[in-house]
Amino acid sequence: MYSFEPTEEQQMLVEAVGKYAGNDLRTAARDAEEGGELSKKLISKGWEIGLLQASIPEAYGGFGERSAVTGVLAVEEMAFGDLAGTLAVMTPSLFATPVLLAGSEEQKQTLLPKVIEGDWSPYTAALIEYAFDFDPLSLKTTATLKGEEYVLNGEKAFVPFANDAEAILVYANLDGQTQGFIVEKGAAGLTIGDEREKLMSLNALPLYRLKLDNVKIPAANRLGGASGHDFEPILAALRLATAATAVGVANAAFEYSLNYAKEREAFGVKIAQKQAIAFMLAEMRTEIEASRLLTWEAAWKLDTGKEDAFTDAYLAATGAADMAIMVTDRAVQILGGHGYIREHPVEMWMRNGRGFATFTGLAIV
Amino acid sequence: MPIEFEAPKPIVQTQFVLKTVAVEMMRAHSRYFDEHEHESPWDYIEFMHTAMKATGVGSLAPKEKPSPPSPLPEGEGGGDEKKEKRPPIAYQALAAQIEMLAWGDVGMYLVTPGGGLGAAAVQAAGTPEQKAKFLARFGGEKPTLAAMGMTEAGAGSDTASIRMRAVLDENTREWILNGEKIFVTAGDKALTEYEQLGRGFIVVWASIDPAAGRAGMRAFVVEAGTPGVRVTKLEHKMGIRASDTAAISLVDARVPYDNILGSPTVEKTTTGFKGAMATFDATRPLVAASGLGVARAALEFLKEKLAENGVQIRYGLPRQKLTSIERDVIEMDIMLRSAWLMVIKAVWMADNKKPNALESSMSKVKAGDVGTKITQKVVEILGPLGYSREFLAEKWFRDAKITDIYEGTGQINRLVVARQILGYSGKELR
Repeated sequence: MYSFEPTEEQQMLVEAVGKYAGNDLRTAARDAEEGGELSKKLISKGWEIGLLQASIPEAYGGFGERSAVTGVLAVEEMAFGDLAGTLAVMTPSLFATPVLLAGSEEQKQTLLPKVIEGDWSPYTAALIEYAFDFDPLSLKTTATLKGEEYVLNGEKAFVPFANDAEAILVYANLDGQTQGFIVEKGAAGLTIGDEREKLMSLNALPLYRLKLDNVKIPAANRLGGASGHDFEPILAALRLATAATAVGVANAAFEYSLNYAKEREAFGVKIAQKQAIAFMLAEMRTEIEASRLLTWEAAWKLDTGKEDAFTDAYLAATGAADMAIMVTDRAVQILGGHGYIREHPVEMWMRNGRGFATFTGLAIV
Repeated sequence: MPIEFEAPKPIVQTQFVLKTVAVEMMRAHSRYFDEHEHESPWDYIEFMHTAMKATGVGSLAPKEKPSPPSPLPEGEGGGDEKKEKRPPIAYQALAAQIEMLAWGDVGMYLVTPGGGLGAAAVQAAGTPEQKAKFLARFGGEKPTLAAMGMTEAGAGSDTASIRMRAVLDENTREWILNGEKIFVTAGDKALTEYEQLGRGFIVVWASIDPAAGRAGMRAFVVEAGTPGVRVTKLEHKMGIRASDTAAISLVDARVPYDNILGSPTVEKTTTGFKGAMATFDATRPLVAASGLGVARAALEFLKEKLAENGVQIRYGLPRQKLTSIERDVIEMDIMLRSAWLMVIKAVWMADNKKPNALESSMSKVKAGDVGTKITQKVVEILGPLGYSREFLAEKWFRDAKITDIYEGTGQINRLVVARQILGYSGKELR
């Protein structure tokens, strides 16, 4: 059957996330962007909603089951509040969700409770590399098996909270396959950049470069154990998070510009009464809906194990990236000069909007 | 029910059957009817009539169950439907069937017997007696068609400006209709008495009180054979040539009193007009579905040709590593699938009696864009193969364009979407 209705449980969760997104993230967003910092208190409050905790079974310290559909519903709603804040709150998922999806039984039992029990703590992952043609399926960072150890070499970029991370899930190229390796804090040969990444947006999120210079990892720290893991399900979950956050940010920009257009007067009418503006808004709403449904379907396919789920997650993320820049650009355009001024949030969302073509690796559902 | 995207079994089965029909009865003759405009695909019409009578499949007039979306929650005025029942899927099934037939040939799909937009209007706005009287014929001995006449030479998207008049003759209790309708899809087969066809009808929109504007607009069922009703012209078109597009003149055409859809008196409200618009909420996603069928045909054909020539589409690569053709194909995949999901959502809402004016018009906006963009791009990429009449790509390009025009142009649907999201009336956003 087709159905487009979230379950009651999902609706309650989304409602809780929505409150946090609106009351906390959105109100803090501008100062966080300008000041380059999100308060620990703000992140903890988001953590306490328990999105990650609810996606991990009781056996590993959580209280639920993972569902990509629930994940995309929740992160869309959170990103509607603020993208940087969302990525910060969800950073531990970058470590825990791949362990849940692809870890060995032993890894799940030892690692997951550490991440999810107690307060938010900086567990993170390193996927992105600093290259124009970065390809998660063909990484330049390498892993080589030497005796009982893997040796990692290369550089990683855009790693959230790497500076004080307890452990980092580093993705590297092992004989042509992308594999995850758990790198503990202070590993020899691991250098974390002195300075944070300076990007066009996400100033509030502490992102770092990593250097891996012959970092030696016990063989047991390979994600999935000795035989490793499939990377596709992880990549699909990363892409779905990109898509869902893109929809959330676009929806924020759409709603803000719509409200502005209903207030702002020109030539004696509200500018929303001009077809030039009204049609832009109609197209923005239409494209948001298109991306949202494509994301939902891909998430549902992932949850139900459909064979084209991975391709569909790729399509959803690719489509959402295009949609997000179109919608956020128009939101700025609708506000005109005011859109360009940092008193309004639309310029920040437009800077976010361009990033979704690059952000896969910063969030996971 | 939670969020789910599993096509219901009956829909999958029907699509399977209709695919054979689409290939054997439609595709195989697509080129012929494109090049012999105003000839009729009788084999297809008769086949579909027989098949639909036997199975109910492909019937374009929704059965009694689904009615257009009503704001009433389930249960209120719903009668004794307490028992556990399957979720209704009639509109979803219809959308899927139409998509598949349009994938076969959208022009031929438009002459599928079963009532089309005319029957949809009766279904949406008729009384139980009217439904019984006018819809029964589609299950009769011969294939039968119905049509809808709204557009006039001086009134296209601006439907409130129609000049067709209906005056009540108090003595005979008949409505007298005068005026001319154009662009009536399947109007010829609905009105002209072909020996292959049963007696059809056309739903004609007219004003019973021009001073009242929209409030005075009503629809009338005008049956084939009514004196004074004449098909005056068959249009020559860019595409969908297997489908007749008729101009129809009504000169003192007398119609029984009970053939009016909706109330015969004019109140201050615009209920009559809104009735017409409610019909569009139900039919727009179906028209969108037909456009997407054409787009899918074109995209699949492109992929076949690329594969034959050893061109792979490497899904999953970053854009920076893709060729221009790969980027185009991936973009078209995204457009087509998301547009289809918007159609499914709109008809799912109709099936579940959720108000869907916004979703319905959005699906049409999107499908209009997607249908034209995909078919244009496919012809471009295929180069001489695309432009040549040896293949059907160029025909699909011509066929698809109509999706962005009829049943509300892309612009009119943008206007509807804008009014919905802004909460504006027609006065506030003209």
